[in-house]
Amino acid sequence: MPLPGGEDTRPGRRPIFLARASYRRRRLRDAALLAPLAAGFLWALPLLWPRGDTPASRVLVYLFATWALSVLIAVLLARALRRAARAEES
Amino acid sequence: MLGFNGLVGIALLYVAFLFGVAFAAERRAAQGRDGWLRSPWIYTLSLSIYCTAWTFYGAVGYAARSGLEYLTIYLGPSLVMLGWWWLLRKLVRVGRAQRITSIADLISSRFGKSTLLGVIVTLLAVVGVTPYIALQLQSIAQSLDVFAGPGDTAGDGGSVALWSAIGLALFTILFGTRNLDANERHHGIVMAIAVEAVVKIGALLAVGIFVVWDLGGGPSAMLARIDASPIAAWEQSGGRWVGFTLLSAAALLCLPRMFQVLVVENADESHLGTASWAFPLYLLLMSLFVVPIAVMGLERLPDGSNPDMFVLTLPLAEGRDGLAAWAFLGGFSSAASMVMVATIALATMVSNHIVVPLWLHARAQGAVMSGDVRGMVLISRRLSILGVLGLGYLYFRLSGGGAALASIGLVAFVGVVQVLPAMLGGLFWRGATRNGAAAGLVIGFAVWLWSMFLPSVGDGTAIPAAVMTQGPFGLAWLRPQALFGSEGLDPVLHAALWSLVLNSMAFVAVSLASFPGPVERLQGAQFVGVFDHSGGPGGWARGAADAETLLVMAQRILGSAEAQAIFARAAAAQGRDGALPDVTPEFIRALERELAGSVGAATAHAMIGQMTEGASVTVEELIAVADETAQIMEYSGRLEQKSAELERTAMALREANANLTALSVQKDGFLSQVSHELRTPMTSIRAFAEILREGGLAPDEQARFAAIIGDEAGRLTRLLDDLLDLAVLEAGQGRLDMRRVVLSEVLDRALAAALPDPGGLRLLRDRATEAVEIETDPDRLAQVFINLIANARKYCDAAEPELRIVWRPEPGAVDFIDNGSGIPAEQGRVIFEKFSRLSDPGRAGGAGLGLAICREIMTRLGGAVRHLPGSEGTTFRVELPRNAAALAIDQPVAV
Repeated sequence: MPLPGGEDTRPGRRPIFLARASYRRRRLRDAALLAPLAAGFLWALPLLWPRGDTPASRVLVYLFATWALSVLIAVLLARALRRAARAEES
Repeated sequence: MLGFNGLVGIALLYVAFLFGVAFAAERRAAQGRDGWLRSPWIYTLSLSIYCTAWTFYGAVGYAARSGLEYLTIYLGPSLVMLGWWWLLRKLVRVGRAQRITSIADLISSRFGKSTLLGVIVTLLAVVGVTPYIALQLQSIAQSLDVFAGPGDTAGDGGSVALWSAIGLALFTILFGTRNLDANERHHGIVMAIAVEAVVKIGALLAVGIFVVWDLGGGPSAMLARIDASPIAAWEQSGGRWVGFTLLSAAALLCLPRMFQVLVVENADESHLGTASWAFPLYLLLMSLFVVPIAVMGLERLPDGSNPDMFVLTLPLAEGRDGLAAWAFLGGFSSAASMVMVATIALATMVSNHIVVPLWLHARAQGAVMSGDVRGMVLISRRLSILGVLGLGYLYFRLSGGGAALASIGLVAFVGVVQVLPAMLGGLFWRGATRNGAAAGLVIGFAVWLWSMFLPSVGDGTAIPAAVMTQGPFGLAWLRPQALFGSEGLDPVLHAALWSLVLNSMAFVAVSLASFPGPVERLQGAQFVGVFDHSGGPGGWARGAADAETLLVMAQRILGSAEAQAIFARAAAAQGRDGALPDVTPEFIRALERELAGSVGAATAHAMIGQMTEGASVTVEELIAVADETAQIMEYSGRLEQKSAELERTAMALREANANLTALSVQKDGFLSQVSHELRTPMTSIRAFAEILREGGLAPDEQARFAAIIGDEAGRLTRLLDDLLDLAVLEAGQGRLDMRRVVLSEVLDRALAAALPDPGGLRLLRDRATEAVEIETDPDRLAQVFINLIANARKYCDAAEPELRIVWRPEPGAVDFIDNGSGIPAEQGRVIFEKFSRLSDPGRAGGAGLGLAICREIMTRLGGAVRHLPGSEGTTFRVELPRNAAALAIDQPVAV
């Protein structure tokens, strides 16, 4: 139990907490590195679809859907990275 | 229908509005109320200059011709923005840390602040981007042309392009060269761009919504129309898809205008985080309705209509003049913002890397003596803006505006992307060298010119048709569009592939083979490890220039207020009171970075170099100087050592010489003394001997003369004995017979020998205190005592002479004190010299060697004998050696 009004500084608690936080930050950076590779793969995927048979509209919808998805992931990543950077500073 | 003149009027109003926006932004910034001007949203919107008129009009044309392939141009940049964490963040950090002003400055700075690389990249950018600027002018002319009715004679494309160029040049000069520091944001321009970004995306979305919902009948109906259109089939070439995606990704990094807004105008690194999703979203929206517009245009407009103008012609054909005018303003915005930023970026490069270095070079006396450098740099930048736009207009006129818009864009992309290997290599590989970068750039540039740029100018104009099909001089493997026999490849892919591959190979190979200079290596470490260390790059290890000279120069470039502020800050940081700091290497580095923000790294380096002793002090030179200094120091150290040795030898020689001279003088004096001493008795002996030989003398006379001869012979013998004794002592020969004896016994013996009959001399002794045991040679010590007692008897001139003999336990000495008149102090010093006798030689009866012998004896015994001046009568003190005296104190003997 943390002391009232004070921080829990008992050994065994903080290191685990810190390690977990910095571990998360590392994985976040890994995700940031992998994001463009994943997007690149998604956007090259239609090249594997049969030519001629695939309607352009399907490719169009697929591409814009994945594009919007990647924007969403970028929002989450940017927010998480900013929070991580702030946590690292303080 | 909206007339040509009406549209010109709307355009002019719009331009006036942009002027107002830019002015207001500048004003707010000047008042310090620029908070929201520095927001990530403005940053993201400024990135929208990626979408030029090529996008606005050309994307629809591209889609109408090649289906979905146009998407690659937007997917590529989206990939780069998604990967901002590991590439753009580093680029922006480096740009801010090194105060980079342009992409040419980045390459130049990374590779040892090389002027050569700055020039190469600048030339590459000018050649690559000029057609792109021409393309924007063409799009403005072309779009106005759409509105021109048959009767509108003013619709001459040339004059529209010319007036557009002039207007854009004015705007750019007005808002782009307000401040010299290219790192400072151009608030007016950025704000205008942001407004234009909103106008153009709004226009395109409006046209798209009109097409999909008003004309197409909703999204699902629209998708059905797409599948029924000529571009319905997915027949995309994989090579082109992947190739163009990567190419446009690289272009986002390498296009001078994109570098300008991404890196140079970046106010805060964290803005990248917002832009990482907001800019892909912007691109998504920009390309969302491209296919529907293209499909609808193909469906509704008559055959032969220019698909590049569907965005305008479709609303016009449907009678939506307002929408068409908005679309026109969107296209105009796209063109104008691109031209402004591209021109600023190019003008900064041309000015910083070509004009200013040439100007500095031409003025041999350097920047100290020159006039207003600040004014000169500004003028050079303004002239460069005019020059760049002039070139763009010239290209537009010469090319005739005939080529399809999209192809010019791709030509420019492949051209500027030649910087990519040097850029990425410089950011991530410390082994990249200046020579490698130069080799890669030159080769890539040459291949691009040959395989893409020159053929793009027009069939048979720059390169004859025969060369295109058969190669230069019949060398088929050098055909511009089939290098090394690679036939059948898409021309753009072909050019991009070969130029980048050969570029990278040359870059890596030459980098591996060459050795970077010290500045290169320092900058390499700074760039590659920008997140690890924040220290300034090396370069200035000495500050020969005084702070005042530097301030004068800095004022000319930065303006007096700002320069003085920088100097005062530095002085305060150094803890100094005045306005001028000490010229430390750190200060010079910081100042150089400040200047680099205005005139580029290489020029700032050169200018500071001219300040500090009129020439650039490179690290090579410093190392050379340090080597030289070390050598000189070592040499002079050796010399010093040698000369000290010589000095010592000379001194020893001088001493030896002085000793020899003194000895020789002594010897001469000694010999003359000895001869004199021997001569006196010899003369009387000879005289009396001759008298005796002549005979006729009374017997008593005979006896008297014989006695005189005997006395004199005895004196001679004593003298010779003394001399021999002294010679033995001085030579350190003769054995000492050390024994333990009691002092009083030695004194008793000496008194018995010296005063067989005490006569008139009264002796005062304290026998009790003399009963101490000492270790000495008793015969020699007794000799000294005899001498001193005899002297007292001979020389004491008191009426009732007395001699006190006192043992002094503390120094361990025996004092012989008589009650005579004493010896004058100055004579006290010489009485121990040989043959020295006081006043009356007659009374001595000796040769004056007695005290000299005493001194020698005592020296050999380890003690001393000295005359104590200032006492009543004459006092001689015989100091016994310390160990002997200590013995005496420790073991008193009862007698």
